[in-house]
Amino acid sequence: MKVKAKQSGEIVKVKMLISHIMETGRRKDDAGKLIPGHYITEVVARYQDKIVFHVETGSAVSKDPYLAFAFKGGLAGNKLTVSWVDNQGNTETTDAVIK
Amino acid sequence: MSMNRREFFSRLGKTLAFATICASLPRAVLASWNKEAFAAEALDQAIAARYPGLAIEDSDAVKLKAPTIAENGSVVPISVSTSLEGVTSISVFVEKNPAPLAASFHLSPLSIADVSIRIRMGETSQLITLVESQGKLYRAQQEVKVTIGGCGG
Repeated sequence: MKVKAKQSGEIVKVKMLISHIMETGRRKDDAGKLIPGHYITEVVARYQDKIVFHVETGSAVSKDPYLAFAFKGGLAGNKLTVSWVDNQGNTETTDAVIK
Repeated sequence: MSMNRREFFSRLGKTLAFATICASLPRAVLASWNKEAFAAEALDQAIAARYPGLAIEDSDAVKLKAPTIAENGSVVPISVSTSLEGVTSISVFVEKNPAPLAASFHLSPLSIADVSIRIRMGETSQLITLVESQGKLYRAQQEVKVTIGGCGG
């Protein structure tokens, strides 16, 4: 997962790119068998223990999801922690330093 | 009201269990996925599951940025922003997708009401965004023509 956070005046703009297959659960393999759905269900960003971003996602989000958001009160040099969880219980957490 | 020793410990146990659940709630954010809304197969069902009982009105204050023609339906970049105050959530629906609800953003008082995401569209469809503010829903929508669907296979 790549997270870029940049302070711009009073707000911090955040862009992220997550590597994930985002399998819809509606596709079939060569044998005609349904491929089980495998997709991210939630992404959360925390700044100084406060949640500054939270999204619930479904199977209609593109493969390797791209998300962008902004929040107030963040300062360059401080840490932003981003986590996701998928429908199979996998998670990943990354820290990004605000620039 | 009298209470014997056994009853007292039983109640104490239940109270502690409840307190533990409450204390762990802020960490349980990564488990609040609205299964019913994401599983709904029709737009009105998805909206009703996500926003039960809320009235919807169209609003120019909600800005939906999306391509009018998407050559590749598997990657449709969209952005939603609004000048409305007190926004608590922003949701994105694709009317003709097998499951219309694509994403639902929860906003905190620190959030800026401006979010972007890339989504899949199976075919040409109406793209609808609902912004929740002070118990009401504000809607913006547009059609996105899809040349190659994003749900192939």
